[in-house]
Amino acid sequence: MGNHSDGSPNHSGTVATAGQNEVEKFQDPGIPPHRLRLADTDPRAAKKAERQVALLFGISVVGTLIFLVAYFAIDLGNDSSIATIRLQNALLGIGTALAMLGIGTGIVHWAKALMPDHEVSEERHAIRTEEDRQAAVRIVDDIVEETGIKRRPLIRNTLLGAMALAPLPALAIFGDLGPRPDDKLAHTMWAPQDGKLKRLARDPDGTPIKAADVTIGSAFHVIPEGLNELHEGKLNEKAKSVVLLMRLNPEELHPSPGRADWAYNGIVAYSKICTHVGCPVALYEQQTHHLLCPCHQSTFDLTQECKVIFGPASRPLPQLPIAVDSEGYLVATSDFHEPVGPTYWEREQHVLIPNA
Amino acid sequence: MKALSQKRRHPLAAIALLLMGLLVTGGLYAVATTVNQAKADTTTYSASDVEEGGKLFAANCATCHGMGANGSQAGPSLVGVGAAAVDFQVGTGRMPMEMNGPQAYQKPAQFNEEQTKQLAAYVASLGPGPAIPEAGVLDEKGNAANGGELFRTNCAMCHNAAAAGGALTRGKFAPALAGVSGQHIYEAMVTGPQNMPVFSDANISPEGKRDIITFLKQIEANGSPGGADLGALGPVSEGLFVWIAGLGVIIAFTIWLTSRTS
Repeated sequence: MGNHSDGSPNHSGTVATAGQNEVEKFQDPGIPPHRLRLADTDPRAAKKAERQVALLFGISVVGTLIFLVAYFAIDLGNDSSIATIRLQNALLGIGTALAMLGIGTGIVHWAKALMPDHEVSEERHAIRTEEDRQAAVRIVDDIVEETGIKRRPLIRNTLLGAMALAPLPALAIFGDLGPRPDDKLAHTMWAPQDGKLKRLARDPDGTPIKAADVTIGSAFHVIPEGLNELHEGKLNEKAKSVVLLMRLNPEELHPSPGRADWAYNGIVAYSKICTHVGCPVALYEQQTHHLLCPCHQSTFDLTQECKVIFGPASRPLPQLPIAVDSEGYLVATSDFHEPVGPTYWEREQHVLIPNA
Repeated sequence: MKALSQKRRHPLAAIALLLMGLLVTGGLYAVATTVNQAKADTTTYSASDVEEGGKLFAANCATCHGMGANGSQAGPSLVGVGAAAVDFQVGTGRMPMEMNGPQAYQKPAQFNEEQTKQLAAYVASLGPGPAIPEAGVLDEKGNAANGGELFRTNCAMCHNAAAAGGALTRGKFAPALAGVSGQHIYEAMVTGPQNMPVFSDANISPEGKRDIITFLKQIEANGSPGGADLGALGPVSEGLFVWIAGLGVIIAFTIWLTSRTS
């Protein structure tokens, strides 16, 4: 235990005098003289501090009551307004803050103003003695001797074998965490199904879009037909297949060879998933024909097949080839010709997979 | 009911019934005609409106948009933009433009309502375009939940999920939508001012636009459920607050904890 003192310097200095044989040693100045607090000398000040601590604990009680009243008295039914929710949130927060802060500050103030505050110094113990070390070695030797593991190799070898095999079930269990993604990232719902081309539909209601609906300067947020009817994996499919549909003057498009028929009368469809880290690129400026990604400001030029003109993205947005079916609705003539979204390990191989 | 059946053979019953019928028909007719008048006020213009608008246009707009609104190097042609575009651009003070720049700023309107209507009449007479919306779609009584879904899909990426606005490229920005009248919001959707895309009725139906306006007015009136939203700008303002106020409180407590009581 430590050496409790009331601050007299006579009792300190033990550390400094411990090693007298050293030539030059830092002299421990000792603990500064103990200074008495107001509450130590004046009973009235002590009484005042006591009342302050009690007041802080009282504030905590009030805070808890505020919380309970706000929780039970304010009824949040289906028809309650945002203002009611805001009032309850505020009261719950204020109540919890007062309840916690009251106890915390009360205890600290109690300790600082009223509990004894004499200085304490403690000697450091020797970390290890030679006897302790030898005793520990003897214990280990005893264990090895008593188990007889050296004399019975059969037991030792079977134990080693059992321990080597025991982790195998874990492999199977962790393997069940999910199937390998394989080339799922390279395919989307836009691929024609049973020879039928997928129509472009409005997000979120899923109604198909006619080419005549898309006026110059328009921007449509598009999902594949049938997405809303999926029972399973709807969000995963949506995350890969969302498309932004825009119409500009056909002269402003500069399609590269082989992509001339991917647009219809100036209507173009591009994947909304940024090739940088996959944020939705949907900030379309209809005069400059720039598409801006809100996360890292990658900017794509619609007139140059969504070439990156600013920001960290390294590839243009994939274009969805579109046409018009016999009823005038826009359809995707094939899936994207490359995986959408950011780079992943196997992307290079997946680009080669014929996607049409 | 018993009292009613006893009195139905009263000599005055037929007259009472006749009076009631007349009142109902007349009342319905009166309501119907006032509704039509409200529509007519915003959609039809007199010849003098067009004439006065033409004069205002020649004096204030033709420098950039050209005589006859055919456009010039400095401004686009206004043939076919419709009355809605004029009511939005002139009504919010964006036109006449203060100076050339990435974007025309909102400022106090330079023309009064009468003059704005005359200018709209003139531009609408040049070619068919979106008209000023009827009062029915601006009543803010649509489905706010559906409006919220449409807003988050079509508008939130530029205007922010809480409609607080956001930055675009090279000095352009999408403005905050609080305090913008429902009529101007509707007109912006159908005309696509400046760099905003057009959301025609084929894209978002008039009913959907009504829902969006309802949603915007509702979140504006109700405010944030969590208290002060610090501009709803996300991590920038919230982070600044936590770094300054939060760290300040921690430092203050640390000083108090380690100080001696007198």
